[in-house]
Amino acid sequence: MSTTRHSNLTLALQDLKSGVCSIYIWPMLGWQEIRQRYRRSMLGPFWLTISTGILVGAMGPLYGRLFGQDISAYFPYLAISLVTWLLISTTVNELCLAFIAAEGFIKQIKLPLTIHVLRVVWKNLIVFTHNLVIVALVLLFYPPPLSLNLLLFPVALFFIVANALWVGILLGLMCARFRDIPQIVASLMQVALFLTPVMWKAEMLGRNIYAAKINPLFHFLEIVRQPLLGGPMPTLSWFVVITITCCGYLAALAVFSRFRARIAYWV
Amino acid sequence: MSQVIAADIAVEFPIYGTQSRSLKNTFIRAATGGILARDAAQRVVIRALNNVSFSFKEGDRVGIIGHNGSGKSTLLRVIAGAYEPTRGTINVQGKVASMLSISIGMEAEATGLENIHLRGTIMGLKPREIEALTEGIADFSELGDYLDMPLRTFSSGMYMRLAFAISTSVPADIIVMDEWLSVGDTSFYEKAQQRLKAMIDRSKILFLASHDENLIRKNCNIMMRLNHGEMTGLERIC
Repeated sequence: MSTTRHSNLTLALQDLKSGVCSIYIWPMLGWQEIRQRYRRSMLGPFWLTISTGILVGAMGPLYGRLFGQDISAYFPYLAISLVTWLLISTTVNELCLAFIAAEGFIKQIKLPLTIHVLRVVWKNLIVFTHNLVIVALVLLFYPPPLSLNLLLFPVALFFIVANALWVGILLGLMCARFRDIPQIVASLMQVALFLTPVMWKAEMLGRNIYAAKINPLFHFLEIVRQPLLGGPMPTLSWFVVITITCCGYLAALAVFSRFRARIAYWV
Repeated sequence: MSQVIAADIAVEFPIYGTQSRSLKNTFIRAATGGILARDAAQRVVIRALNNVSFSFKEGDRVGIIGHNGSGKSTLLRVIAGAYEPTRGTINVQGKVASMLSISIGMEAEATGLENIHLRGTIMGLKPREIEALTEGIADFSELGDYLDMPLRTFSSGMYMRLAFAISTSVPADIIVMDEWLSVGDTSFYEKAQQRLKAMIDRSKILFLASHDENLIRKNCNIMMRLNHGEMTGLERIC
């Protein structure tokens, strides 16, 4: 909204840029949401750590036995996989409501819409950080071989966050318009937990390993867990993730340019 | 320089889930509310604003008058930048303070001081700027030690005092207000009125929507009439 008439794409990019640059607003909103939930609780957000710890601690020995796995290799694998899965699935589910939940803000004051997406991403990143304590503990007890690939861990996280941003814009927008999508996404994510190698390993499929490899979520998990497990560099997974990132941003930008101004009318 | 120029703006709210309603192709004129119509894709829409054009500059104090559902609030939200018009263009130059909901961003579980921070950040202030304003806000609101208490312990009057104190301490070029803000009991009321007047005097353009013509005559120098989303009058008053 200025003297020159901007194209929709320029406005969408402006929203994205000023949203990311609002570094006082979205971290505060994300953090506020965590504090809100754990106010007056003694352990506060560390309840997140504890509940994930219980989950990992209970499932590790059981599934290790069920799958006939060596516990010292399976335990770290499960811990990292579950914690990363929680990050991905909770983020995706909450991103569906990014704009819907921010209705009060969107209808009253002018803020970049990207802020509402980043709020969700930031909140889940904080939760992930708390859960990372569990991973650290497990790795301390069952130390994996160290490798230089460990340096790829932060890069992998960066890609997770970068993808969350476009997924949030696309999903948040679609969910604001079509209120059935959050339910569809929630049930898909629930099934995906079992169809994706989170608790089981892709190698267990033997000749049918392609069933894991055609699943994009598998590749996102791989780039996060392989560096921590001291595994080889998952070249295919990196290739898939980078391709998805590029295509995702193009798709999200196209949709965001076209429908950004409509979001306020939909929420 | 601050200015607000609207060229033939229209706002249509799509209404989903009413496809089965037999609106046919006729327009329905209700006694209140925007005009129910169908858009190009035959969806039911509420035309909250239609063919609104104006140009306001520094010094203009615009009062918007109309009955319930005439489009006053929608127009304010367009000026505040929350809604982009579905047709036409609006060009707003200057920092806008939206006083449409002065408590948005505040949290019941957070303390008064934390809420100053929350609300200030939402209004676009940096932490340092909020620090600088905090003492003034604390003084003005007269909440004292209550500022260290969670907001849920506040009475609704105290809650509004705080929201008002924060929202009126952020300088702006253009103020957008839905009905005249009045908060507090008798002693606080006078103080609050002075503070609001001072904020408006410092601003360049005011938009005040109300159904009270006397209020607008007292505080504005331009009166805009809205009826069923259309501008039916624009006159200078003194």
